Parts: sequence; structure tokens; C-alpha cells
Amino acid sequence: MPSPWGVVGGLVDLTSHGLLVKYVVASLFRVTWGFTLAAILAIPLGLTIGWYRRAEMAFNPLIQFLRPISPLAWIPIAILWFGVGDLSAIFLIFLSCFFPLLLTAINAVRNIPAVYINAGRNFGLSPGALVYRVLYPAVVPQLIVGLRITLGIAWLVVVAAEMIAVNSGLGFLIVDARNAGNRYDLVVAGMVLIGLIGLLLDIGMRSLEKVKSFRWSYSEE
Amino acid sequence: MESTVAITATPTVETKLRAEHISMSFTRDGESMPVLEDINLEVGNGEFLCLLGPSGCGKSTLLSIIAGFLSPTSGEVKIDGEIVRGPDPRRIFVFQERGVFPWLTVEGNIGFGLFKLTRAERDRRIAHYIKMVGLEGFGKSYPSELSGGMKQRLEVARALAVNPDMLFLDEPFGALDSITRLIMRGELLRIWEAERKTIIFVTHDIDEAVQLADRVAVMSARPGRIQEIVNIDIPHPRDINSARYLELRTGIFNQIGLAHHL
Repeated sequence: MPSPWGVVGGLVDLTSHGLLVKYVVASLFRVTWGFTLAAILAIPLGLTIGWYRRAEMAFNPLIQFLRPISPLAWIPIAILWFGVGDLSAIFLIFLSCFFPLLLTAINAVRNIPAVYINAGRNFGLSPGALVYRVLYPAVVPQLIVGLRITLGIAWLVVVAAEMIAVNSGLGFLIVDARNAGNRYDLVVAGMVLIGLIGLLLDIGMRSLEKVKSFRWSYSEE
Repeated sequence: MESTVAITATPTVETKLRAEHISMSFTRDGESMPVLEDINLEVGNGEFLCLLGPSGCGKSTLLSIIAGFLSPTSGEVKIDGEIVRGPDPRRIFVFQERGVFPWLTVEGNIGFGLFKLTRAERDRRIAHYIKMVGLEGFGKSYPSELSGGMKQRLEVARALAVNPDMLFLDEPFGALDSITRLIMRGELLRIWEAERKTIIFVTHDIDEAVQLADRVAVMSARPGRIQEIVNIDIPHPRDINSARYLELRTGIFNQIGLAHHL
């Protein structure tokens, strides 16, 4: 095992070769795309499914069937469909984010207290205004928690995906450092970077929870 | 016991609301459970009516039907001669203080129903009702920063801001401590006397009903029926130690007691 100074040396080594920034950017790029695409598709779909009880009954078996399949089990299929490269990794991250976000959105809608919806209807809101002025603000706090947890999952999966499906990124760095001459200083340097960036992502998401009009659900009860 | 029974509203006042043969049953586990049975009720314009009954007697269900949130199994509710088919901004339902939107400030909540007004008019009304319910200085506060009584006043202000003809209040002060509750009753009466909305107020508190209402509709235990309508012929402000107050209060106690076979 490398000493802490060995790891620092590894980080310096990576920086001087320009690999540190390159790999971090490559990993973040995949996470951003996979996570964003999943959020764009899963949240509206989940909100719709949650709003209509029948839709939930129809979709639930399919969701529960697909959900427990680890995103890593999809790696061979991802490579078959998208080849070795960014698309495969993005696809895997998309999958890993899609179901948690879908379930978060479904539950968020179902947990809206009926008084808010009744009050919204009472004041004569059109269906569109009811969505925008009651449904959306009522679910946002739960969605933020879901997004934060899911981003953590995405960050876990990108490392695994990069070990197999691509030739760059922090996951690739770890596998490559071991394969190309047992450079354990670089392996641990990679782990440290993954941890650090995970921490930063979480801090970023938590700052969303501090927005005043989102904060109500955390301060009440 | 000398309590005046009045089935119709005071004849000099025009009828605002008429509930005709309302029955309601819920289906649970395939069995039909009657909740309300043949409710007939008239409420005069500007009147303050309390629906009083033991918990589970269906009084909140009746209020939800009157407000248009639920459709009765049979019968109909007419307001100004029109059959109620859904909620309407002319008639605002006040929930316990849980009904304020926690993601909006005090100003945002009061302005919630004012989306059809110009900005200037909206701001004017918000300021007016903030003052009326005594929330000056809290305009930018969120409900989580307010006490239970303040949240309740906020919800009443939100309801009044859209200038409805009727207010439906469902045990609005039930979650408040007894001192705050007394203060709130006084405030509600003050507002009612200023704005003369028609109010239907659901409560299980006999004192509350006798302190507030023009008439008290006493409901029986499930399935809910209107057992008696008691005229509270004491002018405001009411002396809650007067002989007439105590007499009316005891009369209703006996009514409810009989319903419970105590």
C-alpha cells in the first residue's frame, strides 16, 4: 500500500500529465448527461403516474421488475448497443438514476396532503395553474432529496461503468493504474478524488435544500 | 328546557343555502356505511350557523358536500338557487391551520386567490387583510415561522381576500390551545360583523357553538341527522355567564347527551 505522501505524489503526477483534470471532466460529463436525462424523463413521468392511481397500478409491476436489476448487470447490453465509449457509460448512469427518480416522483405526488389540492381547487385554479402553483411546489422538497440521493448513486455507477465501458475517467484510472504496473499510489489517488468529488456534489445538492421556499418541509414537524 | 326550534332561516332574511335530502354513504370493504341521512338545512344570507355534533357524526363530511369537494349519494345543495357541482372561489373552505401553503410567505398565501387582479389591487388587498388579522410585520414570513394561531388567522385572511359570499370553517380552532382559541373566536366574530359573510362553522365544542352562532344545528351520532336547530337569541358581545347563555348551553348538552345515552 502507498503511504499518504505516495498518494500526494500520485496526484501531482496526474496533474503534471494533465490527466487529473481530463479524467475528472470525463467522469463528470457522463454523470451530468446520464443524471440530467434521467431527471428530465423520470420526474414528469413519475408525477403523472403518481397523480393517476390507475396509471400507478398499471406501471407498478413493470417498475418493480426492472428496478432490482443492478445497472451493472446492463453493462454487456450497454456495450452491445452503444459500443465502448461515452454513450455506454451515460446509458448505465441513466438507468441507475431513472428508477429511483421515478419512484421518488410517484411517492412525492401521492404524499401531497389533500388540503393543498382542495385549497387550490377552491380558489378556482385551472388544471395547469394547479400543477404549477400547488403540485409542483408541494413536491419540490421531496424531489430535491431524491435528486441528492440519486446523484450519489450516479457517482457510484460512473466509476464502475468506466472500469469496463470506456478508456478515460476516474474509474478507468483505477483499473488502468493497477493493470499497467501496480501503481497503487494512483489507485488510491483515484479513490481520494472520487470521494472528494462525491462530497462536493452532495454539498452542492444540499445548498438547494436551503432555498427558503423549498425549506418548509424540513423545518415543519 | 326552553330552546327555540327553527327549521327555516329567519323569515326576514333571504335564503342563501338550501340542502335538500342529503344522504351520504361510503363503501368500505364492499360494505356501504351510511354517514349522513336525509339532511335538510337552510341558511340565511349573512347568517352564522354552527354544525355541532360528536366526532364521527359526519359534520365535516356534510361541510365538504356543501363546499362541493364531495358529491352526496343523494340529494342536492343549492346556493343562491344554483346546484353545487364543485368548489367555487365565491365560497372558501377554511381547513385547520394545516391548509396554508408552507412554500408561500404570508403575503403569498393571502394573494394566492387574487391572480385575476392587477398587481396594485392585489397588493392593496394583501395589505388590508394582513392588517385585519393582525399579521403586520410578518408579510415576508413563512408559515413555519408562525404560531398555530397566526397560521389560522393567515388562512382566514387568505379566504377573505378573495371576497367570498360564504366561509366554511371545519373545526378551525381545534388544534389551538384554549386561550388562543377564545381570542380567535372573538376575532372571527369581529371579522364577521365587519364583513357579514355567511358562515358555516363545524365544531364539536358546545361552548364554541353557543358563543359564535346565530343558530346551532345539533347533529346526532352516525349516521348523522340534524336532531335539532337551536336559535341562539343572545346579542353580541355575549355574556357567557348570563342565565340565557347557560340555559341554551345546558339544553344542547342534554341534546348531545341523549344522543350518546350517557
